[in-house]
Amino acid sequence: MDARKGDWVRIHDAVLEAGKRAPSVPEDTQRVPLEMWVKGFLLDEGANIGDRVKIETYIGRIVEGVLVEVNPYYKHDFGKCVPELLYIGKQVRSLLDEDGE
Amino acid sequence: MEKDMSYEAVMGRNFEIMRKAVGMDYSRFESKGIGFDYEKMMEETGYTLEEIKRIQAETGVGNTPIYELRNLTKLARNFAPKGKGARIFLKDEAVNPSGSFKDRRAATSCYHAKRLGYKGVIAATSGNYGSAVASQAAMRGLKCIVVQECYDSKGVGQPEIIEKARKCEAHGAEVVQLTVGPELFYTFLVLLEETGYFNASLYTPFAIAGVETLGYEIAMQFREREGRDPDVVIVTNAGGGNLTGTARGLIKAGAKETKVIGASVNLTGLHMASDIQFNKKSFTTGHTGFGIPFTTWPDRSDVPRSAARPLRYMDRYVTVNQGSVFYMTEALAQLEGLERGPAGNTSLAAAFKIAQELDEDQIIVVQETEYTGAGKHLNAQLTFAKENGIDIIIGDPREEIPGKNIILPKDPGYISVEEVDLNRTRRSYIRNCIKHYNVDKVSEEDLSFLCQDTKSHEVFVKSVLDELGIKY
Repeated sequence: MDARKGDWVRIHDAVLEAGKRAPSVPEDTQRVPLEMWVKGFLLDEGANIGDRVKIETYIGRIVEGVLVEVNPYYKHDFGKCVPELLYIGKQVRSLLDEDGE
Repeated sequence: MEKDMSYEAVMGRNFEIMRKAVGMDYSRFESKGIGFDYEKMMEETGYTLEEIKRIQAETGVGNTPIYELRNLTKLARNFAPKGKGARIFLKDEAVNPSGSFKDRRAATSCYHAKRLGYKGVIAATSGNYGSAVASQAAMRGLKCIVVQECYDSKGVGQPEIIEKARKCEAHGAEVVQLTVGPELFYTFLVLLEETGYFNASLYTPFAIAGVETLGYEIAMQFREREGRDPDVVIVTNAGGGNLTGTARGLIKAGAKETKVIGASVNLTGLHMASDIQFNKKSFTTGHTGFGIPFTTWPDRSDVPRSAARPLRYMDRYVTVNQGSVFYMTEALAQLEGLERGPAGNTSLAAAFKIAQELDEDQIIVVQETEYTGAGKHLNAQLTFAKENGIDIIIGDPREEIPGKNIILPKDPGYISVEEVDLNRTRRSYIRNCIKHYNVDKVSEEDLSFLCQDTKSHEVFVKSVLDELGIKY
């Protein structure tokens, strides 16, 4: 059992199937579904990743979807070193120095 | 009987859902043809500038400091003709509670929602506005849902948008994340109908009135410290609300000589609703993908009539390339000791160039900054760009191709702005009005509305109508 009742989880669901998208969207977007992810507390007694479950979101809304993550967390960061940026600080400082500062 | 929740049925209930969710009836301001009574709509928000100042003060919004960017001014003068190089100032909106000027819009929206008895607020936004609404909702004891366009079909998300989601959740909001597509609006309507919450749209009169204090403060702060109004205020332009509200605030302060310039990051060629191109962008806001369509058709927003009408107030509109904004973000951190998020520095990059056209004793104000953080940082955004096949090049920014490369200027002398032809933009707006309302004749009233809404004159509007074969 991946998750028990009350666990903080993330679910996924399709809102609109591919082919049923709004007529105005470009072709590449028409070919894929409109998907949704929401987090909440698991309402089912227990579930495994991939099961269809019900959750209660943090503000108390009930939403259904497929369980994709238990105790989801953020993985975004400050990125890697971008060597291409390293000249900028030195350049702007030296331009001001030449100015007689 | 159960409600029909199909896409067509929900979209068909748009006006009914919106009336309930915004608590105002837009039809009261409509005339028969193209126009509507914009000023009446703005007045009937029920809040004066003084009241808005009080509302914002309650939650710690506004009265942000002004910095004179002496080092960047000096740097700009290195590349300007003798006697040129205006003083560059920056209004540090990042010190608002959630880290951007969007708190001003959220403060009035949440106050209004609370006053009307709504239990919660919903905002459709992938940007700073989400965190602003979540933060203000927390202060006012309202529940909050933020709907984001965040991922492509492979589930890869823009780091900047993921950071905004984190921030919304930090304030107790529920975040609904979607893949690319304008049908986000469908999900938004479903949520409004289900919850009965307030639509904390970016484009209501309350939201725009909230930004008026920004323009007003600028005028007051400059009169106090410099004894005069600034010559130019430059605004990062996306949906148009920042520019509209700031310009209205300047006018309310009587700063009628101050020129208002819009600036957007040039993302020409990238389709905003394209699944494949979604992650080829290195900016998620402040770019032409919002700036141009919202200027030429403001009523595409999530309310029947947008209170953000940038063409009404814009004196000039320029674009800058992505690489120049990243360069200026780094320069701001290195020379002025201010680390601020990249997108908000769009107007700074433009100001650096435009200052070089102005006299040394003139004043140019960059009217916002935004917080920086994980995901919302030039290293994070450039790392993401590389992972998505974008080349990072040091060279001539004019050769940048959005979605293919990002060109950092070889030196600050390479930073330039490209003019957006405002008459062409005005023409597109008028054409869109004619198309949308399907008219073959324009009334006297509409003619005057089109003049005001495009900040132009009758001769110009009539010439466009002639071109389109429309009678007046």
